[in-house]
Amino acid sequence: MEIVEKKNKNKKYKPILEAIPDWPVYKLSKNRKEFIEEVAQRAYERIKSLRPTPKQLVDELEATVYREQQRMKRNRWRVDPEDEPKFWAKVKEDLNNIATKTPEEQEPVADFILKRIVSRYADEIAGNFKPSQYRLTREIVKFWFARLLNGARVKKFGAFWRNQYTLRDKIHIVGKVKLLRKLARKGTVVMVPTHFSNLDSILIGWVIHSLGLPAFIYGAGLNLFNLKIFAYFMNSLGAYKVDRRKKNTPYLETLKLYSTIALEKGAHSLFFPGGTRSRSGMIEKQLKLGLLGSTIEAQRNLYMQEKPGETAGKIFIVPVTLNYHFVLEAPDLVEEYLSSKGQDKYMPEQDRYGSWQLIQFLFKFFTKGSSISVSIGRGLDIMGNYVDEDGNSIDEHGRVIDTRDYFVSNGALTADKQREDEYTRMLSQKIVKEYHRINRVFASHLVAYVAFNMWLKKHPKLDLFGLLRLPEEELQLPYEEFRETCKKVRKQIYRMKVDNKLNIASHLKGDIDEVIKRGLYNVGIFHLKRPLLRNRDGNIITQDLNLLYYYHNRLVGYELDQFIG
Amino acid sequence: MNSTNSLADKPVAVVGSGNFGTAIANLIAQNRRVLLYTRSEESAQKINATHQNKGLVLHENIKAESDLAIIARECDVIFPIIPSAYFRSVIKQLSPYLHPYHVLIHGTKGLDIQLPKGATIEETPKLNRKQVKTMSEVIREETSVVRVGCLAGPNLSKELMAQHPAATVIASPFNEVIDIGTKLLRNDYFQVYGNNDLTGVELAGVLKNVIAIAAGALSGLGYGDNAKGLLISRGVVEMIYVGRALGGNTKAFLGVAGVGDLVTTCNSSLSRNYQVGYQLAQGKTLSEILAATTEVAEGINTVRTAKKCADFYKVKAPITNALYRVLFEKLTVKQALQYLMRYPLNVDIDFLDDPVGA
Repeated sequence: MEIVEKKNKNKKYKPILEAIPDWPVYKLSKNRKEFIEEVAQRAYERIKSLRPTPKQLVDELEATVYREQQRMKRNRWRVDPEDEPKFWAKVKEDLNNIATKTPEEQEPVADFILKRIVSRYADEIAGNFKPSQYRLTREIVKFWFARLLNGARVKKFGAFWRNQYTLRDKIHIVGKVKLLRKLARKGTVVMVPTHFSNLDSILIGWVIHSLGLPAFIYGAGLNLFNLKIFAYFMNSLGAYKVDRRKKNTPYLETLKLYSTIALEKGAHSLFFPGGTRSRSGMIEKQLKLGLLGSTIEAQRNLYMQEKPGETAGKIFIVPVTLNYHFVLEAPDLVEEYLSSKGQDKYMPEQDRYGSWQLIQFLFKFFTKGSSISVSIGRGLDIMGNYVDEDGNSIDEHGRVIDTRDYFVSNGALTADKQREDEYTRMLSQKIVKEYHRINRVFASHLVAYVAFNMWLKKHPKLDLFGLLRLPEEELQLPYEEFRETCKKVRKQIYRMKVDNKLNIASHLKGDIDEVIKRGLYNVGIFHLKRPLLRNRDGNIITQDLNLLYYYHNRLVGYELDQFIG
Repeated sequence: MNSTNSLADKPVAVVGSGNFGTAIANLIAQNRRVLLYTRSEESAQKINATHQNKGLVLHENIKAESDLAIIARECDVIFPIIPSAYFRSVIKQLSPYLHPYHVLIHGTKGLDIQLPKGATIEETPKLNRKQVKTMSEVIREETSVVRVGCLAGPNLSKELMAQHPAATVIASPFNEVIDIGTKLLRNDYFQVYGNNDLTGVELAGVLKNVIAIAAGALSGLGYGDNAKGLLISRGVVEMIYVGRALGGNTKAFLGVAGVGDLVTTCNSSLSRNYQVGYQLAQGKTLSEILAATTEVAEGINTVRTAKKCADFYKVKAPITNALYRVLFEKLTVKQALQYLMRYPLNVDIDFLDDPVGA
């Protein structure tokens, strides 16, 4: 039941920059110390301007200490540095000492404390790209992936050592690859993928490498560094650390500036703008604006730093969707989603999947048929306009526009935070739209979507939770009816494809029975309880309705439900 | 209020030379040079020769101009003040000359409707937000300009021309746009307020025209202030319901551009929408009224659009519905009033408890 992509070109791309010393990420890590100092200095200035009076600054610092001490009490991780409690105890003591002093006396001390905090944060966030480690990791991954693939698939003695299959047969990269490669030469690329699984970061790392692009810097969740196998990957791929437990202003500003300054220096970057993995299985609708805003700020700074006779570097946003038949963490993600829906409570990061589960998954992934596809979207400028191969921004009417003009007021370049916040919101809406457009519909998405909605329509009196509470044994769909509905929905998907509102995998086409068979086989393929299958009578049943809900969510947002029932 | 900044000397454009456009041009002219767009070269020459437009005296800082390319090149800030029926086509003509550094603040209180080819508004039973656009949305669709705003408020052109005290709201998601608009318009007798809810303020300005027609109708029947008080207060509630369904927030409707504008138009026999209602009550038909006037009463189209939107979004809008039937289905004003007085709706204020709109 293997899915063979028809249009898989299986092409190998040459690196656009041959020597690692030319890579922006390498230059960044070579000057790590200076870079961190610059980040700390600018973060310090930023926070000073946000909290201009000594009283405001002291209040901010007190809040920061309080939050950090609460975090250490409640939620300490393996990766957290050992000297942490000592550091914050000292900060608290220093703050206590100036509590009763006059503002004039407070100011120098508070400034000094702030400087120490942002320096510490900058150092904590900074990645550590090492070319030797990068090369080694790359080779290890390539070597073992090739062994797994060939050993598992070619059932002949000696197949283990052959290189007949490569990862490219398993992971299909489609979309605007050529444009992406061109843009990476013209300017700084910010890749913004959807986020469904912890595997995404590794997958994207591989994609970037196999497209011949230099390493990107990642903002990877610090929780991933708790897993040794991830920590190794991340460190070697130029990841910097994003700690989502820390919500205090000094941390957030330092983090944003880290990203901004790296972009200004031309380091290609990768954000997961949804923040965390999609809990519901839906494509992200709300993006985190903080990091996204750093792209706009960096672009404006580049224009402002432009010297006469030079052209400022340009930043390109490239949306990417990752399309899976199967998401390892789906059962837990959807459970978290359902239990929190309607309530605004804090969701703890849980990682029940250690290195071992991951390796198991990888093995299954390579041995059984199930593929992943990665859709590369068209490049955008920081305002969400499409760009052409030369990096020019094109408006919706096909006219070339100068991105610089967005920052011009009354004839001069100006920095206006409120304006840029609004621009960030506009950019995020555009990225969400692009996600939906480049999302590739799989057969497994189709069957999950249709089955779940059919059950929903058959129980008009039940809301989502009511339906999910029904015992799975009671749910059955006659195959014929299911087949007809799949056909109807697929037809609408075709229509939307013509209107360029979504994209489809080539395996979605062809005989509908075949497509359904493929879909049923692949949907949530490695789960113990399968979200969808056929029983002995040929009818459609489910073993886990929550999981089915999760996989069905992939196609929510296209208004396809009107074609069901 | 003239700045010493040399760039401040760039003129400001007003596109549209109707009564309101002219009044706004006169306001801006007290602070800055103004290019007033008029469609033909001849009328531009005539205006420049006489310093008058349609009998209105123009400030000396105003120059008429008929070339949109010149307008866009000379001016960074443009005020499109064009009847909604022509709004999109004029913006389309202007669009090739615009850049993202331009700032557009419109003063048009109407909605734009885009229907599929061959469809007519009469045959379309319901309208949704994919078909109905505010003027700022039209600008965003047709141009590369993002810094967009609108002005709305109790601004009767004749009173503005006579320099009576008045105020307006400039709405934009961008504080920068509000600041620019304020600097250009403000003077000793004209106050400017800012609001970030652009959609809300646009809708308030649009939907109040429905209530204005109703107010005219009440007066035309000879009814007095009790009736008007009833109408205005229920009218606000209705505007808020329809406005929220179309994407505005409650607050915009309670400010100068909402209640402020509503009270003015409902009390002013100067208002064209009010006049339409007044004549309807006196037994004239819509076509008779339209035949007798050259000025545009935006409210007539708004009644139709608002009614079809309210139907789509399942919002209760009894006043709008009643007016729709008077305008397009031959109900008399008296019958409409009876229908309204019997309408079963007894809660006074229920929109403030709802966190969605607050």
